[in-house]
Amino acid sequence: MADLHFLANPARFRRFSQRVLPSLSFATVLMLAFGLYLALIQSPPDYQQGDTVRIMFVHVPSAWIAMAGYGLLAALGASLLVWRHPLAALMARAAAPVGAGFCAVCLLTGSLWGRPMWGAYWVWDARLTSMLLLFFLYLGHIALSRAYDEPERGDRAAAILALIGVINLPIIKFSVDWWNTLHQPASVARLGGPSIHPSILVPLMWMAVTLFLLFVLLVLLRTDTEIDRRRLENAEQQA
Amino acid sequence: MSTHAVYVMSAYLVALVILGGLLISSLAARQRVRRELAARGLERPREQRARTSR
Repeated sequence: MADLHFLANPARFRRFSQRVLPSLSFATVLMLAFGLYLALIQSPPDYQQGDTVRIMFVHVPSAWIAMAGYGLLAALGASLLVWRHPLAALMARAAAPVGAGFCAVCLLTGSLWGRPMWGAYWVWDARLTSMLLLFFLYLGHIALSRAYDEPERGDRAAAILALIGVINLPIIKFSVDWWNTLHQPASVARLGGPSIHPSILVPLMWMAVTLFLLFVLLVLLRTDTEIDRRRLENAEQQA
Repeated sequence: MSTHAVYVMSAYLVALVILGGLLISSLAARQRVRRELAARGLERPREQRARTSR
């Protein structure tokens, strides 16, 4: 926690991100290359789903990251409203489009899996609908943070939306238990351990770690840009 | 890959376009902001920094 407070200073954060970004980029590219080999070539087709199981290696990690990304937005929102950390607003502005991107990947790849498996690209199922709501919450956050002439007001409004919208995360997670859904129940994060065969679980977890690294990389890169952009705006105001 | 190859490949293409687009737009925005900062004398461009340090 002390380290997080240390990084809350934009100048220190920039030095940290500029040190970390090159090695993080290199690791992400290497892991992605091997992950795609595992996902598309090495892993066997599923006995029921056939080759469509390969869509899961992108779809499931994207869903996890989209949800974790919104959790991050809520934590940053709380940090901004309670402690007024200067970096929280900038990081939230950086993270929201990245989270929305992963959420869009989840929705679209899920739709492409649904067509051959369920016979439909979309059904108004509780899991799919709550995930679509998450996407709209991301869009709302992006729009609100840019809706005011004073960026600080936009940041505060977006932080409040992030905190209200966080209620959707347990709804997404437990929608498959609370309602009778077409979407299958949890098969990795569940009591009693994963119910997936290791030949599918290993590529899935590999791609999850890889896409998480990509998420971190994108957020660091965009936060760095937001810090520069805020400096530019301050310079314009002073001029 | 079997009959579902078109769905699998489309899914990976969608992911590539969205995530690749995010990466490219992030890098482009960073370059643009840095150029503007450099134009205002607030930050030197990378080439200039490298030249100065030599």
